[in-house]
Amino acid sequence: MDIASLTIDEIREGLLARRFRAGELAAEALRFAEEENPKTGAYLHFSPERALAAARRVDDKIDRGEDPGVLAGVPVAVKDVIVTRGIRTTCGSKLLENYVPPYDATAIIRLEEAGGLILGKTNCDEFAMGSSTENSAFGPVRNPVAPDRVPGGSSGGSAAAVAQGTAVVALGSDTGGSIRQPASFCGVSGVTPTYGRVSRYGLTAFASSLDHIGPFARTVKDAARVLGVIAGRDPRDSTSAEAPVPDYTKALDGNVKGLKLGLPREYLKDLTSESGSLIHRGVEVLRKLGCEVREIGLPHTDYAIATYYIIATAEASSNLARYDGVRYTFRSGDSATLADMYRNTRGEGFGAECKRRIMLGTYVLSAGYYDAYYLKAQKVRALIARDFAQAFEEVDAVVAPVSPFPAFRLGEKVDDPLAMYLSDIFTITGSLAGIPCMSVPCGRTAEGLPVGMQILTRHFGEATMFRIADAFERAGGLN
Amino acid sequence: MKITEQEVRYVAGLANLRLSDSEVARFQVDLDQILEHIGKLNELDTGNAAPMSQVLFETDETATLRPDVIVAPLGNQAALANAPESGAGYFKVPQVIER
Repeated sequence: MDIASLTIDEIREGLLARRFRAGELAAEALRFAEEENPKTGAYLHFSPERALAAARRVDDKIDRGEDPGVLAGVPVAVKDVIVTRGIRTTCGSKLLENYVPPYDATAIIRLEEAGGLILGKTNCDEFAMGSSTENSAFGPVRNPVAPDRVPGGSSGGSAAAVAQGTAVVALGSDTGGSIRQPASFCGVSGVTPTYGRVSRYGLTAFASSLDHIGPFARTVKDAARVLGVIAGRDPRDSTSAEAPVPDYTKALDGNVKGLKLGLPREYLKDLTSESGSLIHRGVEVLRKLGCEVREIGLPHTDYAIATYYIIATAEASSNLARYDGVRYTFRSGDSATLADMYRNTRGEGFGAECKRRIMLGTYVLSAGYYDAYYLKAQKVRALIARDFAQAFEEVDAVVAPVSPFPAFRLGEKVDDPLAMYLSDIFTITGSLAGIPCMSVPCGRTAEGLPVGMQILTRHFGEATMFRIADAFERAGGLN
Repeated sequence: MKITEQEVRYVAGLANLRLSDSEVARFQVDLDQILEHIGKLNELDTGNAAPMSQVLFETDETATLRPDVIVAPLGNQAALANAPESGAGYFKVPQVIER
């Protein structure tokens, strides 16, 4: 049984044909993941009891002749910002090092109801703030493709686990690119669904108007299967959408003839790098498959980074106010007053990037600055969303790069926060618009570093997005 | 400079963050750079664009309402389980009222 190459459907078929049992699969997946983990540090901790208990439920269902679920026996890695009852959930922060949630996120409940096995929790940038996973309080993650490089971030551990083969699929969270960028750096598929498509109940809040949960997988079909399981209305998240969830895998027939694709000239004009030429070659593959490709304009792209870093940090400064030393495990030692206790706890507990963003968010919301920054950013956000709405009157999907460059070296960008922020340009626009977007592997650079192609579609247009990505993958991508 | 050292200390106070002197110096430089970049938005005439505070999708007005059904609460013990200090069913904090 080779965990590193199995797909969701192969696991289900193997279980139903009794070639192996979910219990065996869980034990083997845990053994393999624990053995391989030192190479990347993708996982922070494992949850063997929970995985084995879920496997027993799958085996019992099969024995009783019941349907064990579409994710039966599938080993899943979960980013450590998604709460798991009884399993430590640290958010990559010293503040939550010992936090054991009393409840499960809705996405976790749905994964397990569909037969998934939660193997463990993956490392990430502290509170999902970063683009390299170097901001974790528990050390960085290494890219399985190139161990001296970052896996991307903030969901770097989840991307690395899937790329390394220690999980078949993984959950991550995306606020400005935290699923798509690490997926592209590690050479796997990563999906940011429509805002509201997947319940965020149990996702530790970073920027509530931008936060998403989404899957990583080695194939587009597996990513589509997982999204189908976790998507849908949840009464416990009032922002989750009522819209029905289609069977996304039905769209995966390889037929993209006549689909209209838009290439944003604002994205490609400066992208003369190796990543850029790979994206152009990827677009050629789609053209040969029958897509019509045209240039489109997204004229407010230049303002996206500024807009994002106002809105995201403003919301973060408010969401992170709860870590005050009263309820969540960590409290600084001897403080004479309550106010000192708050300040000392937060000063000692948060890492540098979280503090920087809390400071920026507090500044832009402070008296006298609200209109100039936050309100202004919300207006520009509306213009950026309108750019996409207008583009989708002409085209079915937008095709774009994910990152201006492939995985960089550990430590290479850690001292230049603005440079790190600027590298999020291609992922942030889709996040601000709230549209579905994914990264699908699109070849490798001469040095062997993976590059991802981004596919963006209109609100709730995930089926079209998967159709294009899957057709590209079936055609062999750039290999 | 877009932001002074005093302003950095003032904002840290608003955010309840204890910062060391070296952090104050570092954040003054970082925030200055970032605010400089953010200033770019002023180039843009946003005219009468309505601020986008949420991603909107079509839904019934009552879609966010749920039936008023009693569900089991978390419970006192579970709610306190992660508290750094608790006692007698409460979160404990440094004394705030003088006797």
